[in-house]
Amino acid sequence: MNRFSYVRPDAVAAAVRERASDPGARFIAGGTNLLDLMKYDVEAPSRLIDITRLPLRDIQEIDGGLRIGALVPNSDLAYDPRIEERYPLLASAILAGASPQLRNMATTGGNLLQRTRCVYFYDTATPCNKRTPGSGCSAIGGINRQHAILGASEHCIATNPSDMGVALAALRANVRVAGPDGERTIPFSEFHRLPGDEPQRDNNLAADELILSVDLPAEHFAANYTYLKLRERLSYAFALVSVAAALRLEDGKIAEARLALGGVAHKPWRDEEAEELLRGQPAERASFEQAALRILSGARGFGENDFKIELARRAIVRALEQAAAGTPQSQSDKRVQ
Amino acid sequence: MQATETDTRSGNGTGEPSRIPVVLTINGTERRLEVEPWTTLLDLLRERLDLTGSKKGCDHGQCGACTVLVDDRRVNACLTLAVMLDGASVTTVEGLAQDGQLHPVQDAFVEHDAFQCGYCTPGQICSAVGLLKEGRAQSDDEIRELMSGNLCRCGAYVNIVAAVRQVMDGTGAGR
Repeated sequence: MNRFSYVRPDAVAAAVRERASDPGARFIAGGTNLLDLMKYDVEAPSRLIDITRLPLRDIQEIDGGLRIGALVPNSDLAYDPRIEERYPLLASAILAGASPQLRNMATTGGNLLQRTRCVYFYDTATPCNKRTPGSGCSAIGGINRQHAILGASEHCIATNPSDMGVALAALRANVRVAGPDGERTIPFSEFHRLPGDEPQRDNNLAADELILSVDLPAEHFAANYTYLKLRERLSYAFALVSVAAALRLEDGKIAEARLALGGVAHKPWRDEEAEELLRGQPAERASFEQAALRILSGARGFGENDFKIELARRAIVRALEQAAAGTPQSQSDKRVQ
Repeated sequence: MQATETDTRSGNGTGEPSRIPVVLTINGTERRLEVEPWTTLLDLLRERLDLTGSKKGCDHGQCGACTVLVDDRRVNACLTLAVMLDGASVTTVEGLAQDGQLHPVQDAFVEHDAFQCGYCTPGQICSAVGLLKEGRAQSDDEIRELMSGNLCRCGAYVNIVAAVRQVMDGTGAGR
């Protein structure tokens, strides 16, 4: 790990000023991803700005929804009674990710900012456009079983590794951030970016902006939801494909549908047209097949990950069936209840 | 800005490495230490405080051998900077026994032979103590899921689950 200086501000404005004054500085909270990257020399900050003493640890009621402070640890969020009762899709997705130790450390804001787990991004001996812009993409034509099938570019086929983010995309959360010029709110679907020709930029947060909270809207989908995660082993592995599905049913028909995918793109993947296709349709397999085909219509494999297209199609149908039946995926025994 | 006394911006490659004062309570004893900002809790415990029970397996948060309790929550010591813990209370495997009596989880691991080489065992035990404090595991499936952050390359998982279950159910021969 490189040497760096350390500062521990006690106010948001001071933290933002610290960041703005030093382009090489990084915020640190849970540290579970940043320290990992520093040990591999992928990140080498000149200064760490410890934000853990900032007053961003509360979960508050707002407009029928909830405002989740950026520093709320993953485990506290997943087990908060308000989240368990009103947003079980979010609780389930969080518990599908990482390990209990990591969930005790990792924060809500940090989850949004975690980097890809592409092996080439981590291996400083290999070209990677995300790590070293212009050096090339080793995953194209290389080891790419974990990589993107949607929204990739010729410069980068990395995936966003978050589980929490897939649920937040489906729930249409908002991200509230603070910068030198004040606060702004970014819709979750616009927070992360596709790689395009700037894969080094994971998201649309400015360098000197700090996440304050993730705001959940009032609609809960607490009755008909599931988070289905498919991976190489039953626990503690990143998704090959994951699906967040949520339905609001009226008389057996779909009044409102939400569908987001993880492990398949540079950002949690949503397709409003696929959600619209489901509206007004009977909550049955034929409808779900149509939505799956729609959301995967631009899918493309890169060799080792070709199987993910068919895996995703089946996972989407199964997830929507679980949601419609009110039998969400268990994150402990992995059986359908 | 209102920085605390830990503002040490001179420490980045210019002049002597800076050390920052921190107060940690480690296994019940208050320790006043000066640490470099890049020192992980695991390295502090093992290299400076001679508490080598916590193990360095992967050093990347993947194996769980470094698991300790910080303010009663289980965490990976390898991914924790000591300087960030100023004011916190740390419990390692060395701090679990009380008055010469093993912790019930330690007793259960012995009783169920829940290890082979023993390298992952301190982390397994600290993780199990954390799991029991959390109180969310009820079934064996839930024990397995909530112990998934601790790898055992010898494959003693069956006995580890049995040991944790025994303490959870309060059916052990020990206390």
